Amino acid sequence: MGRSNKPILWLPFAAGGLVAALIIPVLILVTGVLTPLGVVSLPYDKMAAFAHNPLGKLILFGAIAFPAWHAGHRLRMTAHDLGLGGGALVKVVCYGFVTALIVLALISLVLI
Amino acid sequence: MSEEVKLEILRYQPELANEPHLQSYTVPYHEDWVVLDALNHIKDHVDATLSYRWSCHMAICGSCGMMINGEPKLACHAFLRDYRHRTIRIEPLEHFPIERDLVIVMDGFMDKLASVRPYLITNQKRQLGEGENLQTPLQLMAFKQYTLCINCMLCYAACPQCGLNEEFVGPAALALAHRYNLDSRDHGKDERADVVASDSGIWECTFAGACSDVCPKHVDPAAAIQQTKLSASLDWFKSWLRLGAYR
Amino acid sequence: MSRRPYVRPMKPSWWLGQRRYLLYMIRELTSLFIGLYCALMVVGIFRLGQGKAAWDSFLAALSSPPGIVFQLICLAFAIYHSMTWFDLTPKTMPLRLKGEPVPPKTIVAFHYGAWALVSLIVLIAAGI
Repeated sequence: MGRSNKPILWLPFAAGGLVAALIIPVLILVTGVLTPLGVVSLPYDKMAAFAHNPLGKLILFGAIAFPAWHAGHRLRMTAHDLGLGGGALVKVVCYGFVTALIVLALISLVLI
Repeated sequence: MSEEVKLEILRYQPELANEPHLQSYTVPYHEDWVVLDALNHIKDHVDATLSYRWSCHMAICGSCGMMINGEPKLACHAFLRDYRHRTIRIEPLEHFPIERDLVIVMDGFMDKLASVRPYLITNQKRQLGEGENLQTPLQLMAFKQYTLCINCMLCYAACPQCGLNEEFVGPAALALAHRYNLDSRDHGKDERADVVASDSGIWECTFAGACSDVCPKHVDPAAAIQQTKLSASLDWFKSWLRLGAYR
Repeated sequence: MSRRPYVRPMKPSWWLGQRRYLLYMIRELTSLFIGLYCALMVVGIFRLGQGKAAWDSFLAALSSPPGIVFQLICLAFAIYHSMTWFDLTPKTMPLRLKGEPVPPKTIVAFHYGAWALVSLIVLIAAGI
């Protein structure tokens, strides 16, 4: 037995769940429904200006990183539920993939 | 001809066969009968070899838990009239080894209960002269809900993680730990954490919530576990900040 | 007579057996689509960094039929995630105000309010 280090995975998962719940649906609405319909547009100038702004970078990073971590952790637990086991491979795939996403987002945002 | 109810019961008699098999019985229908009454009728008048646990017949002893049409229920708490015109399939509680017929092996469960140290742990012994260890109604309210567990194990049968991992401490034991952790007279949260906050403890739970759905006493073990996850995470965080090293 | 406890194995399809478990699995699988949409967003940020032409082609892909279908599926799962997450929050953090427990419905309503507010802010920022 002994105390687990799971909290380091779980706390960001819980935060990510809340961020995802609050912001992901409207983001998908904007990019997947309103933009194709022409109700809103996301022109390069406006988007680049937003991403140049430090606050904009922070918001974009938060909106991506937290939900991504939430997804990675939950997928790891779901893999176990589906009988794919809780071994090293599952952990590497799940956490590795989302860490790569988060790092890529960070680098892209810093470079913009 | 009076109404009858058909039951299919999973039998397992290790001295007779290697595998369990379903056996059909027919009992008379009574408006006020529960499944336990049907089982008692079978035992008394039809087939005395049927084995099952029961005691109070009023949903307080926790003895008669079994799967009724795939749902973990107390046999004394499942009315025949709610299963009218259907065959009632009765099986032993899921996620436990079958000892015989509807009797499951519950030693593992008993060990898990004991492992969370379900007793008041204090850092100061009270002297007799100090009188009773009083609590305000508010202090009692904080943990009262979690005292209501009757150890019926329906939550273990419902929980998918209990099925997937035999080591999982489980809903009832973790709710019991929470009962003591919330008790103002207790100082044992740290001591319990080695089991409660282990990988086989709260962290095995994925909040499916089935445990709380089936609990006949509305203990809400799922809530107990999630609250413990939050408090254990904050404790873990604090221990890193305080000591800089992991105890 | 000796004891021979019989262990019933758990089938990999256990979650298809009951509505409760099926809904649980759907809830867990929302994470797959949230993760995929996050990947989509990362691609978008990357393309944004590459300049106008790259961004415009990303936008075109978003508005393509497969792009829309994919996003609609993600949207359905994302909404289910939000609804289930809000319902579960009161259990994780029971609140007390002046000694009285805050009713779970109030906590849930507060979250829906926050959801509406955040959504409104994003829509306004997007230029609706």
